[in-house]
Amino acid sequence: MSVGRHKNITLLTYAEVEDVSGVVGDFKVIVRKKARYVNEELCNGCGTCVEKCPWKKIPDEFELGLGYRTAIHFQYPQAVPKIPRIDAENCVYFKNGKCKACEKFCLRGAIDFEQQDEFVEFEVGTIILATGFKNFNPEKTPKYGYKKLENVLTGLEFERMVNSGGPTTGRVRLADGSIPGKIAIIHCVGSRGDHNEYCSRVCCMYSLKLAHLAKELIGADIIEYYRDMRTFGKDYENFYERVREEDIAFVRYEDIRVSEDQEGLVVTTTDLYNGDIISNHVDMVILSTGMEPQEDQQKIASTFGISLSPDGFFLEKHPKLAPVETATDGVFLAGTCQGPKDIPDTVAQGGAAAASALSLMDYGRVVLEPFTASIDPEKCSGCLICVDTCPFGAIDTTIHNGRTISQVNEIICKGCGTCVAACPSGAASQLGFTNHQIFSEIDGILRQSSLMELTI
Amino acid sequence: MFEPKIIAFLCTWCSYTGADLAGTTRLKSPWNIRAIRTPCSGRVSPELIIRAFDEGADGVLVLGCHIGECHFDTGNHRTAKRIPILKELLSFVGLEPERLRLDWVSASEGERFAHITNDFTETIRQLGPCQWQQKPSWRQTRPELAVITELEAAE
Repeated sequence: MSVGRHKNITLLTYAEVEDVSGVVGDFKVIVRKKARYVNEELCNGCGTCVEKCPWKKIPDEFELGLGYRTAIHFQYPQAVPKIPRIDAENCVYFKNGKCKACEKFCLRGAIDFEQQDEFVEFEVGTIILATGFKNFNPEKTPKYGYKKLENVLTGLEFERMVNSGGPTTGRVRLADGSIPGKIAIIHCVGSRGDHNEYCSRVCCMYSLKLAHLAKELIGADIIEYYRDMRTFGKDYENFYERVREEDIAFVRYEDIRVSEDQEGLVVTTTDLYNGDIISNHVDMVILSTGMEPQEDQQKIASTFGISLSPDGFFLEKHPKLAPVETATDGVFLAGTCQGPKDIPDTVAQGGAAAASALSLMDYGRVVLEPFTASIDPEKCSGCLICVDTCPFGAIDTTIHNGRTISQVNEIICKGCGTCVAACPSGAASQLGFTNHQIFSEIDGILRQSSLMELTI
Repeated sequence: MFEPKIIAFLCTWCSYTGADLAGTTRLKSPWNIRAIRTPCSGRVSPELIIRAFDEGADGVLVLGCHIGECHFDTGNHRTAKRIPILKELLSFVGLEPERLRLDWVSASEGERFAHITNDFTETIRQLGPCQWQQKPSWRQTRPELAVITELEAAE
């Protein structure tokens, strides 16, 4: 809320970054503001249009399909800025040209069906990426029966259910409307070997929280199927101890399967401690789904000129010493776009990213790595092979003594040396890694009569 | 037993760190491997590899980041194109192309580094000494090219 009101912060929601060019201290960012068909300057967020919209049976994305929304809607109740948008795919006006109920009832005349996508250009010094994560879709692993069997929910769906502002106004109910008597919570869905190798870090704790909430709200019998309990954060272990005393069963499982018989859902698993195969009848199964990178993570990475780690999240500059920086100077990371993490860690990383960005800008000057390439204007033949080779577009052409030759922009150059290796006339050279220096290294190593002399 | 001399060009962002990890996790990699750090596998130009053979290396190993993980976006794409061509040229001049190997090792793959270096050393050991170094160097046979040595020294 205070971000939306701050005079130095421009908040653009429902917008996408189209293109980024330039270097640290001088980025040019082109943002596409998508048409929401509501004039943001006139709208005061009264919500009359949402009430009057006759098209009310659209599955609500925010409620994960458990509730409904209208064609003109707020993304969620606390959305900032509080301006609705018209969903052109579902709005009846965009289908057959009739209705306009929202326009008729809007007292401020803010509805604008003619609005087009708008492109805005910004000049910025630093960029912080906080694009978040995507929830794992358990349909990918058929053994959980998600979407095939009734009353198999993800943790997030259950979370909406227990929320007093959610679609069931906080009542936990099965699909037939009755109260579940026995709930199974399955950990590590989409983590640690199930499609993803990494641990998503948050599932153990939110599973415990959901168990605690379900116990408190409906007093159901709860079985937690876990693989390793990872309660790593401050005070987390205390919470685990507390939940354990709440008459909740914990089963450490090896392999698990959710199926259905006449009596309801059956969770079959191998108990890791004694090898017994255990089957339990339950009314509801909650899948503690892990975190995955966003679907367009690769696209965002190439827009901002950064890389991905093997698990698909953004790659930081150094896992321990530079966890908020990226290989591109001036681009910082915050939150789960860099890897799965919980709220305290996300807040800490957000603060660190903001501080790193500020300290860089406050300094007023940019310090560069010294390993930049250079091109000897006398040796350069002007073939311009290097121009295509450079991954960063750091090589321009210039006129030297009436000839067109290449020239390295040392601010953009990251020092990969690809141009040096490609240059056919030996004009390109790189500080710290000149051919002469590497030749000397090779010679020094190989001219020893025995390699053993070098081994100490 | 014949112990080969092997030059390994390691990208500082991935395989150099991977080699470090192999060391800190106490994995054994052969002492025949001599590492030369490069800013990116894209920096490894053919002349560096030829120079290594020229000066008596029995094998040259080039290790870079996996495709798509290059610290410089596309530096390793260049290497992936260059090395196969150089291999063909090496076999054209009578050198076994197995003496040059390009592979990918990320910073977290210490085990893979140890495996590749062991495997490559074993391959070179089977191949025996490189014949290239038996021939006199061009520095000795072509005194008229001594100017190149001078130029290099002047650089």
